[in-house]
Amino acid sequence: MFITRLTLTAAIAGATLASAAAVQAADISGAGATFPYPIYSAWAKTYKEKTGTGLNYQAIGSGGGIKQIESRTVTFGASDKPLGGDELEKNTLVQFPTVMGGIVPVVNVDGIKPGELVLDGETLAKIYEGKITKWNDPAIAKLNEGVKLPDAAIAVVHRSDGSGTTFNYTYYLASVDETWKNDIGVSTAVEWPVGLGAKGNQGVAANVDQTKNSIGYVEYAYALQNNMTYTDMINKAGKKVAPKAEAFAAAAANADWSSQPGFGVILANQPGDKTWPMTAATFILMHKDAKDGAASTEALKFFDWAYANGGDAAAKLDYIPMPENVVAQIKKEWGQIKGKDGNAVWSMNH
Amino acid sequence: MTATSDYDSGVKSTRPVAQSDRIFGSLTLAAAVVVLLVLLGVFASLVLGAWPAFKEYGLSFLWTAKWNPVTDKFGALAPLYGTVVTSIIAMVIAVPVGLGIAIFLTETCPRVLRRPLGIAIELLAGIPSIIYGIWGLFVFAPFMQSYIQPFLIDTLGHVPVIGTLFAGPPYGIGMLTAGLILAMMILPFIASLARDIFQTVPPMLRESAYGMGMTRWEVNRHIVIPHVRTALVGGIMLSLGRALGETMAVTFVIGNAHRISGSILAPGTTISAAIANEFTEATTPIYTSSLIALGLVLFILTFIVLAAAQWMLKRMKQKSGA
Repeated sequence: MFITRLTLTAAIAGATLASAAAVQAADISGAGATFPYPIYSAWAKTYKEKTGTGLNYQAIGSGGGIKQIESRTVTFGASDKPLGGDELEKNTLVQFPTVMGGIVPVVNVDGIKPGELVLDGETLAKIYEGKITKWNDPAIAKLNEGVKLPDAAIAVVHRSDGSGTTFNYTYYLASVDETWKNDIGVSTAVEWPVGLGAKGNQGVAANVDQTKNSIGYVEYAYALQNNMTYTDMINKAGKKVAPKAEAFAAAAANADWSSQPGFGVILANQPGDKTWPMTAATFILMHKDAKDGAASTEALKFFDWAYANGGDAAAKLDYIPMPENVVAQIKKEWGQIKGKDGNAVWSMNH
Repeated sequence: MTATSDYDSGVKSTRPVAQSDRIFGSLTLAAAVVVLLVLLGVFASLVLGAWPAFKEYGLSFLWTAKWNPVTDKFGALAPLYGTVVTSIIAMVIAVPVGLGIAIFLTETCPRVLRRPLGIAIELLAGIPSIIYGIWGLFVFAPFMQSYIQPFLIDTLGHVPVIGTLFAGPPYGIGMLTAGLILAMMILPFIASLARDIFQTVPPMLRESAYGMGMTRWEVNRHIVIPHVRTALVGGIMLSLGRALGETMAVTFVIGNAHRISGSILAPGTTISAAIANEFTEATTPIYTSSLIALGLVLFILTFIVLAAAQWMLKRMKQKSGA
């Protein structure tokens, strides 16, 4: 456990320092979101065994992924924050989702086990605004009758880097709390009123783990892999839900993917009794006018393989694969990616 | 054989030697110029990169405490404050302890211990900063949160005036923790510099002082330290320069929060930590430019500190030469 976290934390620094250009020719190069990093690396491992083609994915955060693809230092960028139609147009980018997952609050409070604590959106927003400062605050106590809460200050942990996880998290907080919406806003990085900043999902996980009476937010796989104490949530329908694959899937059930350019649907605070309120899709960005057509083909082959064969690996880490009809639409979208010769780098018979 | 013939030809005709000397001379000059060019290049690209930020916010960038990526309002005050505060904490602790080590090594240390201790200090200086960072987060911060910080809050926290310095909940991570880690990192630097400086004191001075019946404390207080005062201050400034720019270890334990707090237990950020955290993910041009502007501020700050150090060391040399 300790070693895992240690390597994860070391990887944060490594990922930042490593240059995206230093990629072996045969490997697919990508950079961006830390949110889907666990599943991308699981896929990459199996894919390498099957095909011999590796994936060099640098989990540097969504903001970094957007920057790197715009400057064309990688074949694909990854972001949990979907870009709007204008931005895609401006940079001649194609955007498509790969998987969906859940963001969960994680806490480190003595005597509290995973799933024992329940929070709602408003309370979470007040904690992150610095208005609720103690664990035994009446607002938390009301939601958790019978749970012994300490009279201790809450140590708030947030992301210090630009992050798609933060984007989806603040999007949710803004949708349930007026003050958040007006005073703080929604972005990959915001001006946090309180708390400690940590780099990457790994960094938040490590900081919550090391700091007593703390609370943070991470992608569910990080909570799972590090045996962290996640909390349940009250969703839009007023029902208590646990962060589980079916709750994430419920959030995506009603999504209309074709309604947004580049499938840019945000799944926060969706209706439904079983819906996890902080669900998010994660996206891939690729240039329509590929600098290296062959590299783009290799990348698309990888994602094609992942859509077809990556479901089990995704389920193991509680990510939700994209529905088949959406995958069909995505592949149609791939036809827009063209190499230097003007021919599409992807065709259905690959 | 070859060596002899080379030597012979050199004696017979001076021209080849003169030529090779010229080539050698211009090569070394080129090497030196490269450093200058790199320095100028770094400075120029920092100014160029920071230009949009200074054009947008003016010089008020330096004293604005806001850092809001949503509304694109940026100011350098919070990271500047964190940089200065953590460096002060580090110096307050590392300078006396470092001088203590140096005096012990040059004055009272038994001869057998001198070498192993010296090597241990140099090894400490060789530990990469990322190791200090990981150790700080996984070992030191939890220890601070469970023992040191609650103690400080309960005791010093209630003292009037300085109480605010030690207020607030114990997070473990924060400016004090960062300052302490920094102190550990620059301690070997100060200790070995000070040891070398103390060794320049002429033995005659020391022996005369002891001969007059002065105690060890008196010899060090009134003879050794006054003799090397300027060099010592120069050495301390060099260490300060290191502390100001230290990045990885600080990033791990400072809390990375763009806030100015009266309490040194609270999380903060430093210039280098902010850049390391945010540079790759800064999404708007003005955000990137503001981070580069932070880098420029640090560059100038470090330059001033190092220039002051050099000046003092030079004055010291002139004095001892005269």
